Amino acid sequence: MDHITFLVAVVIVTALAFDFTNGFHDTANAMATSIATGALGPRTAVLISGVLNVVGAFLSTEVARTISGGIVDDTLVTPGMIFAGLVGAILWNLLTWLLGLPSSSSHALFGGLVGAVWVGAGSHGVHVDKVVEKVIVPALASPLVAGVAALAATYCAYRITARARRKPVTGGFRYGQIASASLVSLAHGTNDAQKTMGVITLTLISAGALGHDAGPPLWVIGAAGLSIGLGTYLGGWRIIRTMGKGLTEIQSPQGFAAETASTTVILTSAHLGFALSTTQVVSGSILGAGLGRRLAEVRWGVAGRMLVAWLVTLPSAALVGGVAASVVTHGGNAGAAVVALVGAALAGGMVLLSRRNPVHAANVNDSHEVRVGSAPPAHVGTAA
Amino acid sequence: MELDWSALGQVAAVSLGVTVAVVVVFALGVLGLSRAEDARQEDGGPTALGRAQAGLCFLACAAVVGYGLYLIVPQFH
Repeated sequence: MDHITFLVAVVIVTALAFDFTNGFHDTANAMATSIATGALGPRTAVLISGVLNVVGAFLSTEVARTISGGIVDDTLVTPGMIFAGLVGAILWNLLTWLLGLPSSSSHALFGGLVGAVWVGAGSHGVHVDKVVEKVIVPALASPLVAGVAALAATYCAYRITARARRKPVTGGFRYGQIASASLVSLAHGTNDAQKTMGVITLTLISAGALGHDAGPPLWVIGAAGLSIGLGTYLGGWRIIRTMGKGLTEIQSPQGFAAETASTTVILTSAHLGFALSTTQVVSGSILGAGLGRRLAEVRWGVAGRMLVAWLVTLPSAALVGGVAASVVTHGGNAGAAVVALVGAALAGGMVLLSRRNPVHAANVNDSHEVRVGSAPPAHVGTAA
Repeated sequence: MELDWSALGQVAAVSLGVTVAVVVVFALGVLGLSRAEDARQEDGGPTALGRAQAGLCFLACAAVVGYGLYLIVPQFH
């Protein structure tokens, strides 16, 4: 193991930390509507989702061969840049979690890498046309498609069951939700855990610890699967509240329609090779389901804030990634240690700040608002 | 940069079609359950028809879930 330098070890730990925030941030995608409609108890929901994410991680054999899907020039990427990019992604994921905003973990990762490569290797290392093709177009199209599908399906569901008894309708759709939510979780595990495995594997290859074309060693698969599963199980309750309660009040037929729309969009896109953000697809579906039921209230203020978060995710993560990359490039191992410490301090600060107004399994459905304590976000780092 | 508009269109069309179909069939199944309940409560009459409708619809949905699993799990193809 003499190939494992300090920096490589730091990258692996950081990648697993990102994987953890990824699971934690995205629990809401699969389970928010099921929790909101009472189809599953909050604890049961996150347990099912966590287990299915681990299963998904072990199932997927086709590990990402590129770190970024081509949006940066992988030959120019060094472990230092990967580390800087991961730090940017983790901090952005934690900040959006603190604010209860569902934003894309993949965009955070791409953004962090773009910023780190831009600063570390120059602007020619970033393929801007790929960024548009792989990130921006799917980001615009996929929530729209999912939203329209969920809207039409919700409308039909209410139309068909208009004169039916309430009890079999509510109960029946709740059972349906369990199946559709489980499929979203499984698809998430096969996709997202794989990204982290790809990052770790390519770091090991670039450090010479693995041969070229090597697949991920079993410990990498296990560690990545467990990180994402544990993150999912702990649950980003703040985001679950926003998605299940904040955007609109969800009833079980809407939840079923939304989850079905999400699953179909995710699976058809994956089948045709589109990379897309699970978070954005699910948010689009939920909004569509909200609009499809007459008299349902959609809180456009929350939707607007979420949209802003989507727009700034990539640039913000890129900014943090870029700053971190310049410190690592100029400071070497000491720089990496500084970035790791500052990143950990900021992360700790955000976790402490979240405690002022905690959201957890017991109170997730009590309100539709996620509030941060009275302190302004500028004090994040010193909140401890 | 080349955008594959036809693939995008396919994703949109297939997603819309499958989602609406699954939800409509499921809703019909739920309606079947409700009808069986009606028949039982009103005159103690036959509940078989409603139940058969529900069973068929839920079976069709289960088949779609099975296909979804097939698509997700790479070992199956």
